[in-house]
Amino acid sequence: MNSGSGRAAMLARPVAVPLTPPDASAFDLSGLWKHISFRHVVVLLIVLAFPAFASPFFTYQIGAQSLALGLIAMSLTFLGGYGGMVSLAQMTVAGIAGYTVAILGTSAVAEISLKWPWWVGVPFALLIATAAASFIGWLSVRTEGIYTIMITLAVGVAFYYLCLQNYSVFNGFQGFQQVYAPTVAGINFREPLPFYYLALFWSLAGYFFVKYLLRTPFGIALQGIRDNPRRMNALGFNVTAHRVAAYAVAGLMAGVGGVLFSWYNGLVTPGSVGTSWMINILVIAVLGGMRHPIGAYLGAVVFVLLQTFAIDMIDRERFNLVIGVVFLAIVLFSPDGLLGWWAGVRSRFQTSKFSPRGGFR
Amino acid sequence: MKSSWKIFWSVVIGVPIIIFAAWALWDNTRLFAITFLNGMTLASLYFIVAAGFTLVFGLMRNVNLAHGSLYLLGGYLGFFVAQYSGSFVLALAAGFGVAALAGLAMQLGIFRFMQGQDLRQTMVTIALSIVIADLLMWAIGAQVHQLEPPAWLNGPIRDIPVIRAYSSYRLSLLPIGIVIGIALWLFLNRTRVGMMIRAGVDDRGMLAASGVNVNLVFAVTFAIGAGLAGLGGVIGAVELSMVPGEDTRLLLASLIVVIVGGMGSVVGAALGAIILGLAETYGLAYAPTYSVVFTFVILTLVLAFRPRGILGRPA
Repeated sequence: MNSGSGRAAMLARPVAVPLTPPDASAFDLSGLWKHISFRHVVVLLIVLAFPAFASPFFTYQIGAQSLALGLIAMSLTFLGGYGGMVSLAQMTVAGIAGYTVAILGTSAVAEISLKWPWWVGVPFALLIATAAASFIGWLSVRTEGIYTIMITLAVGVAFYYLCLQNYSVFNGFQGFQQVYAPTVAGINFREPLPFYYLALFWSLAGYFFVKYLLRTPFGIALQGIRDNPRRMNALGFNVTAHRVAAYAVAGLMAGVGGVLFSWYNGLVTPGSVGTSWMINILVIAVLGGMRHPIGAYLGAVVFVLLQTFAIDMIDRERFNLVIGVVFLAIVLFSPDGLLGWWAGVRSRFQTSKFSPRGGFR
Repeated sequence: MKSSWKIFWSVVIGVPIIIFAAWALWDNTRLFAITFLNGMTLASLYFIVAAGFTLVFGLMRNVNLAHGSLYLLGGYLGFFVAQYSGSFVLALAAGFGVAALAGLAMQLGIFRFMQGQDLRQTMVTIALSIVIADLLMWAIGAQVHQLEPPAWLNGPIRDIPVIRAYSSYRLSLLPIGIVIGIALWLFLNRTRVGMMIRAGVDDRGMLAASGVNVNLVFAVTFAIGAGLAGLGGVIGAVELSMVPGEDTRLLLASLIVVIVGGMGSVVGAALGAIILGLAETYGLAYAPTYSVVFTFVILTLVLAFRPRGILGRPA
């Protein structure tokens, strides 16, 4: 986590050389170990061993779903927490990726789906999702702050109505059923266990990618732009270009999450890009806390557990009420989410070196 | 933008519209005229709802995403009041009143304590919109509630040239929208409270420093803005219908109207409502499965060339 003074020091020399990039050729183990602490090992062991002691239901419904949703929510955390742009259209970008996979690949709607192999369809889907995200970003960065949320919401809802009304491309209200993960090298990714590890791989990849990106000159400049765009502009940074690039990167991650999520559900419908899901992604990100990428996954686990079990205690129909009240409580009483709450609890018992930043950015 | 560019873009945008209008008039004059009236009456509803949204946003920088839920709340209450009392005017008053009270409660109970935290306020309104929508669905159910127009506005007006007959209720929406627009303009420009609101839009701190109780002004504005949503709900309960999901539709309409027209400007809301209402109905009439694309294209064009809306000013 970036402490305030650390960020200021980095800002002083914005072209600071980043840490060694994590590509295989330049893998410096001694440098890597410094960043790995006990809790990282514990969490990694738990997520790796989770299917061993969990039932297939837990592995798939709780584990894999949390990971896929967490990845989409993390793209929002990256945009909102580090770029200062809270976009409600991340689920739209994810949905665009899901729709593209369904249209280019195979689905129950034989007259629309083009039946391309997955290794063409999925990269294409990610490409289109990234392009769409860049376009949404280009639209919304033209105004600042609170306008972003309005514009992205308008774009997202417009896409929802397009999917709902249009039958020639999006198959209208029905959407696409039987959008299944492929079988690669004899491994059927529709099975709970392979799908869990697939989702885990991409979630970890996304998580470490964000962690890495935040230390690059681009990431540091982005955080600088969040804190003071005018000063960054005066320093010679192209604020608009950085913001659009952040949207593109977040769009790529949301696209991966969207492909995973549509494979998880086995379908893409207008409902999956509707307002409730757009807001759910925001709920997940805020629930966990936007101060750190891990918050998105934390929020996703809590959200999925609530979705699966809380409704058994109340009424199945009243899930929205539960999630609305939980969201309201979090926004009112702990604006930094569960991470902020945890930091507050910890600082009460020990003098923490991190001072909790108040409020959202 | 240079004036030559302005001319270039007005030609690029204007010529296709004129060609389309000429073709549509020649092809089917009656359809074109009826679609025009439908568009203007829909615009009237959009204006009433979006004016409340833009009023609240302009003064408080509070993007009230629960605005659609207030519309639904007012519409449902108006429906039941009209059913039990039989009076449409009473229903309008009830719809306005209940939404205004709900807005007042939101401002006094929650937003007063998070002044200046735009994003947090917006998130609270999102949470409230989920809660209100679900509570309404719980209490009232998901079936369609369609309010009958009052007897004195029921039935068509006949013998109009070109279009022959048109619903008198829908036609009456035009004067209602115009009257509300003028009333709002007079209120904002000719009364003391309106003056305070306009002063607050320009500089909140200075208004407070000159001895005005800003919290009271905020509460009044929020109540009026929310009340307009409720009023729109009752009107919409007749024109469209009340069903869960309408809140999203009207929220989208309000968002696009204020983004296109310019945020915080009532005249801009009227302009945006006319553009959106016409685009939506012409889209539905001439290209049904792509009608939302026109809305989106308008949004894109406006944001590309006038990021703060057609009549928007820099904040």
